[in-house]
Amino acid sequence: MADRGDDKKFAEIPKESVRAMAEAAGLAGLSEAAAAALAEDAGYRVREAAQKSCQFMKHGKRKKLLVEDFNRALRWSNVEAVCGFGSSEPMPFRCAREGEVFFVEDREVALAELVLTPRPPFPCAPKHMHVHSLNFDFKSQQCLSTVSGGLCDDMSQYYQQAARAILGSDLPLMKIALQDLQKNPKIAALLPYFVNFVNSVKSVSHDLEQLNRLMFVARGLVLNPCVYLGAHTQSLVCSVMYCILEPLAASINPLNDHWALRDLAAHLLAHIIALYGDVVAGLYHQVLLTLQKVLVDPVRPLCSHYGAVVGLSALGWKAVERVLLPHLHTYWSNLQPVLDDCSVSNGQVKADAHKVYGAIMVAVEKLVKNKVALCEASELSCGRAATACEVSPCQSPVPSLQPDFTFGPASHLLGRGGGGGGEGLLPASLPAHAGTASLPALYTQLYHLFGDGLALRFGTGASSSVPLGDDGLAEEAAAAQKASCMASCEGDKGKKKILLNLCLQEMARERDGGKLEPSKSPPFRPNILRKSKSGTRQRQEKGGRMRAAYGVRDVFEQPVRPIYPQQRLHVKIAGNLVSVSGRGRVFMSDFPPHIAKQSSKYGQKLSAIGRLNKPVKKACKSDFSLWTPL
Amino acid sequence: MAAPMEQQQRGDLTENNNNNNNNNGGGGNNNNSGSGGSNGSAKVAMETGDAEKEEEAAAEAAEASRKDSGAASEGEGGGGSSGGGGVVPPAPPPPSSSSSSSVLDRKALAAVLEFLQRSGLHDSVETLRREAGVASDPGLVTSGGTASAAASKDAGAAGSSSSRATSADVSSLLSAYKQAGEAARYHDDYTEMKRFVESSLDCHKAELAGLLYPLFLHMYLELVYHEHEVEAKAFFTLFNGDQEPCYQDDLRVLSGLSKRQHLLRGDTSSALLSSFRTGKFVVRMARDSYAGLRRHLQERPTSRASLITQEHVYVDVYDGAPRTAAQVALTSGAMGGEAPRHANKSKVYYGLLKEPELEVPPDDEDEEGAGEGEEGRPKKKKSKKEATAGKSKKQDPNAPPITRIPLPELKDSDKLDKVIALKESMKRVRLGPDCLPSICLYTFLNAYQGLSCCDISDDSSLVAAGFSDSTVRVWSLTPKKLRCIKPSSELVLIDKEADDVMERIMDDRTTSDSKLLLGHGGPVFSTSFSPERAWLLSSSEDGTVRVWSLHTFTCLVAYRGHIWPVWHASFSPHGHYFVSAGHDRTARLWVMDHHQAVRVFAGHLSDVTCACFHPNSNYVATGSADRSVRVWDVLNGACVRTLTGHKGSVHCVAFSPNGRFLASGGADSRVLLWDIAHGLPIAELKGHTDTVYTLKFSRDGEVLASGGADCCVRLWDVTRAVDELDPDDFVSASLHSPPAEHAADLTLGAHFTKSTPVAHLHFTRRNLLLACGAFTP
Repeated sequence: MADRGDDKKFAEIPKESVRAMAEAAGLAGLSEAAAAALAEDAGYRVREAAQKSCQFMKHGKRKKLLVEDFNRALRWSNVEAVCGFGSSEPMPFRCAREGEVFFVEDREVALAELVLTPRPPFPCAPKHMHVHSLNFDFKSQQCLSTVSGGLCDDMSQYYQQAARAILGSDLPLMKIALQDLQKNPKIAALLPYFVNFVNSVKSVSHDLEQLNRLMFVARGLVLNPCVYLGAHTQSLVCSVMYCILEPLAASINPLNDHWALRDLAAHLLAHIIALYGDVVAGLYHQVLLTLQKVLVDPVRPLCSHYGAVVGLSALGWKAVERVLLPHLHTYWSNLQPVLDDCSVSNGQVKADAHKVYGAIMVAVEKLVKNKVALCEASELSCGRAATACEVSPCQSPVPSLQPDFTFGPASHLLGRGGGGGGEGLLPASLPAHAGTASLPALYTQLYHLFGDGLALRFGTGASSSVPLGDDGLAEEAAAAQKASCMASCEGDKGKKKILLNLCLQEMARERDGGKLEPSKSPPFRPNILRKSKSGTRQRQEKGGRMRAAYGVRDVFEQPVRPIYPQQRLHVKIAGNLVSVSGRGRVFMSDFPPHIAKQSSKYGQKLSAIGRLNKPVKKACKSDFSLWTPL
Repeated sequence: MAAPMEQQQRGDLTENNNNNNNNNGGGGNNNNSGSGGSNGSAKVAMETGDAEKEEEAAAEAAEASRKDSGAASEGEGGGGSSGGGGVVPPAPPPPSSSSSSSVLDRKALAAVLEFLQRSGLHDSVETLRREAGVASDPGLVTSGGTASAAASKDAGAAGSSSSRATSADVSSLLSAYKQAGEAARYHDDYTEMKRFVESSLDCHKAELAGLLYPLFLHMYLELVYHEHEVEAKAFFTLFNGDQEPCYQDDLRVLSGLSKRQHLLRGDTSSALLSSFRTGKFVVRMARDSYAGLRRHLQERPTSRASLITQEHVYVDVYDGAPRTAAQVALTSGAMGGEAPRHANKSKVYYGLLKEPELEVPPDDEDEEGAGEGEEGRPKKKKSKKEATAGKSKKQDPNAPPITRIPLPELKDSDKLDKVIALKESMKRVRLGPDCLPSICLYTFLNAYQGLSCCDISDDSSLVAAGFSDSTVRVWSLTPKKLRCIKPSSELVLIDKEADDVMERIMDDRTTSDSKLLLGHGGPVFSTSFSPERAWLLSSSEDGTVRVWSLHTFTCLVAYRGHIWPVWHASFSPHGHYFVSAGHDRTARLWVMDHHQAVRVFAGHLSDVTCACFHPNSNYVATGSADRSVRVWDVLNGACVRTLTGHKGSVHCVAFSPNGRFLASGGADSRVLLWDIAHGLPIAELKGHTDTVYTLKFSRDGEVLASGGADCCVRLWDVTRAVDELDPDDFVSASLHSPPAEHAADLTLGAHFTKSTPVAHLHFTRRNLLLACGAFTP
């Protein structure tokens, strides 16, 4: 415990008060020393009495100290009890200006009036007992012969009303019911009924609205601090997983937004794991296994895959690393043909595939971001390792060389082994450099798969300082330094805010096949453009030429690198579509180098994922026009 | 002139040094030997010691002289300054005196100086000093009995008593003498000790750190005792924050103390302090750690740290690897330190008693009392009999013989009760992680925060609640109402041979749902039903324990033995005995037919808050506000187990039905499970967020239910906690690694009430869980 600063822990009676009390008692000339000694002693006695009265309070199983406790303590110290202060109303003190004395007014009361006034009867209800059940175990029903069985009337009424409200059409009522579910401390007895209610998801897979509401019910139950799921955790998780993974009957109609339901259910799953992940043995692993099984199963429809990816993403970057990453390559190679197939019959599937792609990108981005943050933290903690050894022996020894995640509010999650990631963070034995070493490898692998789409994700908003590890990986590290050029769309301030992230890259490698091997080739260096406020990365300025010649918008500063004639501009726009309801959707669009020859702009595909791996036509000379159909 | 004296002293000292160099822990011995007189001599000797140190005299001699002087100075009442640690900058070497002053001169000089100083005649002090040739530094020296130093040294331990006796008056004078530089010594000694602990090897650090708390405590007490108020406050403020949080309650009591008179008051708080000052704080250490500590202390014999360690700390050394911080934290926290090994060595008979042979009739309408004979019973009933009697065929080696404690004979009605109980237990639900008990909560309304305690009878038919307005109320939980027995005038008229005599004696005019019992003079802190449902026990703040009859609902006896409030009382499971625990730091064992307690269990350092019997009635477990749990033998009143580890006062203890385990819960919101056979903790159940008020094992001992002030009933998996026990862990019973840190895995459920702190828990015979509490909005 830290030192409590100034040692004014106890009330101390000042000498002047003692003098005043002495004068009131008739003793005029009290000496300094006597007053001081009396004050100290009186203070000590008060403290002692307070401690004793606390004992009475504790044994009375109370948290509030009452006047009776204090009087009892005084009596056991052979001091006269203080009478007349038993009321629970606060006492008004009046101040006498002379001598700065505060006293309690002693009013005169006419007893006769007090007694004879007709008063309402003193509400001293007799003590009686009331019984209700906290936990009703259906299996052990036979024990309850002595107790009035089952649910009492008002409980079952509550359940029926709540269920009706939730499924009904009156929206404010539904909201009230859901809020009550989250806050009501007495519904623990109804838990089995509500879980049953939620489990009926399987029968309503056609009705998205109802599914949504059932998920809200589940969320209310999970977030209620007075409800302990215990044995019901498993069944609740089953229902939630059903919502995440099942190809619902409702999803046949493309107008139904079952994606939002899956997102919601994924977040709920993360909540449940965070709260009960370590209480129910193996819950986390079971969930991971299920998600993995769905992901690798090619027979499953894409919406299930989407659900799996979103679920993994919600569970945390560790889950993504463990489950998604190993299968990413195969999955990606399976997904690409779907994305590239532009036939009409494939339209719906392709749209689904885009969803999955978006989800994967989000998950992967979070993974990389977290890795970067981990590296930084471990860097900082390395620097602090020297000072971590100096620790007072009285305190529990501080483990050194642990990233910052072990302190602070997240630490309790680690202690329970739960948490968003399900497992604890890097164990202390893991050297701090492990994070750094794997990051470039991870990044190269991801870039290899996704290309520049990834670089954009990585760059959005996160800090861009990745410690340059080994020399061999310096390029990749440099590659990781991204530039985000934020420009708000001029005419679009109203409802949608598109964050325009632009990454101007040099396709430095000029090979015949145009195949880009960015991970291997040194000449790959990204150009970094920034707005005028941060001009740290300006390398060379040859901007004028570009600007003037090609009508580039004024938001762009001069390019950092000389732009060689063969270079192409490969523009990707990605962002966060924030709609009216406030829910954002990340998206990315890729615009390949504009080939002026192309006659029809409708031939321009909206996305060209994976195009990098395909041979690019050679004959483009000047491709610095930004033709960005917005 | 002072110089010659000192030279002679030096001479004295050196020859005595040789004697004393052989003393082990010389500082300690010299401490005891030189307790009395040598304060003054010590001061000069210290000075000499410093001088020698300065002059780079023989290191040993310097050591020894410093040791001696320091030791001598740190006598019982010693306010002497120590020369150790090089704290005080050595004074410039005074001229050595050559005159041989006698012991008496020195003492007289010291006494006179003291008197002058206290009377405020400072000029005279200066003059006297100048003339007597003592150095002018008032903080360091009054020339005292040099030969007292000699006396103390000439035989080591031998000459101690004489010198001590003669110089007792000087010491008493000088003990009150305030020395300015001396208080700083405490600060420096403590800091040095801290530095030593921090710089020791990591593996020893945790155990050595356990030494800092008693050191801090006693240094502060000594500072207060010697009336160095300002320094005491400064010392406290500076080092208070370093101490472990579990000691903060005691330290808070201490921080209110700053005067010596408060230390000596004959009151509860000073009962605490007297236990601090006279008892020894136990610290357990591995041999390696102890070796390092001893080496360090021997190098600094005059340091307050070493002296306090010798006087007030008992280091229990064991062979084995040093414990980690987690292991130390598991058993630390009690007011008196940890439990020494020998405290937990005696054999405890934790097995259950042999049940008497009872015939369980298979048909339910059989109302005849069960006989004990087995002849003539048809074979088909044999299986049931064996089921119940099979266990008791062979003698459990861990069970006490049935005659160890005299137990009452079973009456016919008791046998009937037992038969009914057995029948019910056969319908018991087996609990486990997949089969949790149903919980039924009885809420007391309109109690106005007055409910202090409640208890439910064994057959779950009655509940008794004690209130802070001195009343006890009994309710019936079954549809059957409560009735009194008819007055004696009517009882005479009843036909005693009638079949339903038990019904006839009841007076139907007095039927009611609840009965009010008046008689106590203070809040009732505990109630307990006797196993045969005939009596109710209640204990209260007025110091009495009352027994009420449940037939007439009147008070029968008031047992007066505790003078102070009685916090807890409970019946034994076989009836006839009950134990009470009170504020006077004792627990008392009573027999119902004796007006005085037959055993007094004394040993706790602070008031005893709860007590309960072992299922075989041979042992009593008590929990106390000194944060330890003790198990006492009923036969001879000895303490057979001391279990430390709670970080707050213990509020409830409960034995498991098989007798092997003990659960305790307290103000630190933790529930600890102990193995009685070895006296070691098995599991630490964390989950509550506030004081745990009540604990109960299920009827078969598989589930433990706990309830507390956080309005929550928690269920714990005992089978799992116990299964993870490895008997090999207990072979070297001194050390073990605390198993089962997965407290979360042991939770089976947590059930919250709206705002009713749970005051009592009870498992019915069929393993339905009943909870009681008062509604506190």
